[in-house]
Amino acid sequence: MTFLQVTAQLWDGFQTTLYLFFVVLVLSLPLGLVFSFGSMSRFTPLRWFTRFWVWAIRGTPLMLQIITVFYVPGLVFNTPMKDRMLACLVAFVINYAIYFSEIFRGGIESIPKGQYEAGQVLGMTRSQIFFKIVLLQVIKRIMAPIGNEVINLVKDTSLARVIAVTEVLKSAQDIVNGHAIIWPLFYTAVFYLAAVGLIQIVLGLCERKLSYYKG
Amino acid sequence: MPVLEVKNIRKSFDGAQVLKGISFGLEKGKVLSIIGSSGSGKTTLLRCMNFLEHPEEGQILVNGQLLFDASRPGTLTDAQLRENRLHFGLVFQSFNLFPQYNVLDNCTLAPDLLARDKAKAEGRPFDKAAAHKANVEKAETLLARVGLGAKLKNYPCELSGGQQQRVAIARALALEPDILCFDEPTSALDPELTNEVLRVIKGLKSADTTMVIVTHEMEFARHVSDHVIFMADGVIEEEGDPEQIFTAPKSEKTRSFLAKSLEQV
Repeated sequence: MTFLQVTAQLWDGFQTTLYLFFVVLVLSLPLGLVFSFGSMSRFTPLRWFTRFWVWAIRGTPLMLQIITVFYVPGLVFNTPMKDRMLACLVAFVINYAIYFSEIFRGGIESIPKGQYEAGQVLGMTRSQIFFKIVLLQVIKRIMAPIGNEVINLVKDTSLARVIAVTEVLKSAQDIVNGHAIIWPLFYTAVFYLAAVGLIQIVLGLCERKLSYYKG
Repeated sequence: MPVLEVKNIRKSFDGAQVLKGISFGLEKGKVLSIIGSSGSGKTTLLRCMNFLEHPEEGQILVNGQLLFDASRPGTLTDAQLRENRLHFGLVFQSFNLFPQYNVLDNCTLAPDLLARDKAKAEGRPFDKAAAHKANVEKAETLLARVGLGAKLKNYPCELSGGQQQRVAIARALALEPDILCFDEPTSALDPELTNEVLRVIKGLKSADTTMVIVTHEMEFARHVSDHVIFMADGVIEEEGDPEQIFTAPKSEKTRSFLAKSLEQV
């Protein structure tokens, strides 16, 4: 296989990688915010329920979670999961939402009580206080850990191959198996590095955008 | 009729009683200073008046209207609670400006939101631009009054502590509270910044500005107040006009507190 042919085939796989990355990112961030409200809730059963899932998801490998989402519906409920990508998305979104929720929780709890009280004495509602005062301050504070998770997500997409979703690494493996050449495997690093480089630039822009104030 | 009546307020934290039955009244346009050592319950009293703490006993009335009654817990809706809060303004020890908004926006954020909520509640169309324009004009006047007319577009992190506190005063005034409360407004400030804030507070004194000031600045309390309350261990140990309290205190506790406060090192 020529270099161009390999590149084309890896690009096909990389599109799957990017699809997985973007869909998971867009869904898990807001879901993570919802989970973080659950784990901070004053309603004890809800708080325990959320914290149980934080423990369960953080306590098991993502690879195992993908396998579970893909196989368990068929094994237990006799309704086999047909769409491999859907199984991946479900597992990834829940996993990442849980990690994001802990970052959100840390950020929200780090905002001084005085900010809430200032909003209260100015007659603002709870949701106005959260969305107009607290949220942007939280986002500024959690940019660095969120950035870490987003970059991890790019590379974690390679776990999708465990249920035979052909992302970029599996594309390379298929070439290796079919053509007795090994270098395409290492070539995938270029794709990951390019994606992560772009993400770093975007994260840097976001941080710069938020640097107009301190505190 | 007094603008503010506080009746028999009791509040405890984890079984420890911090306020043991506080009652007082305040006439419109008067300035009340609350002095006393740390832990005497001054700040808690102020927080109760702003509904940041909920007393176990007691009542709070403003202009004769019963705003809080501990004997009927849980009868206030969220909206009523917020409406009640608007009778009071509170200036915090630590300013608590919103760091992501500039000086002007700090002062117009809440008025803009309230204007919208009010229009919605009354079912009339809301002209966002017009409401904002009116609020900006009002905020600009107030900021000029506290000497910050040139800092409208600055962010809190670009201001000194004294300037931040003056923005906080303008922000509280923007909602036109019946009673403006100050919780040790200069305790977080360097001595050289204290005076600029005290001057502003003094400048607010007028026939229709009613103020309650918790402070450790004895000279200031003496000169600005119409009435002084000395608190000790959760009760009003002594109260009276400032000259009497500062020159001829009746209570032994007041005497010893003032002696320590005014002591020259």
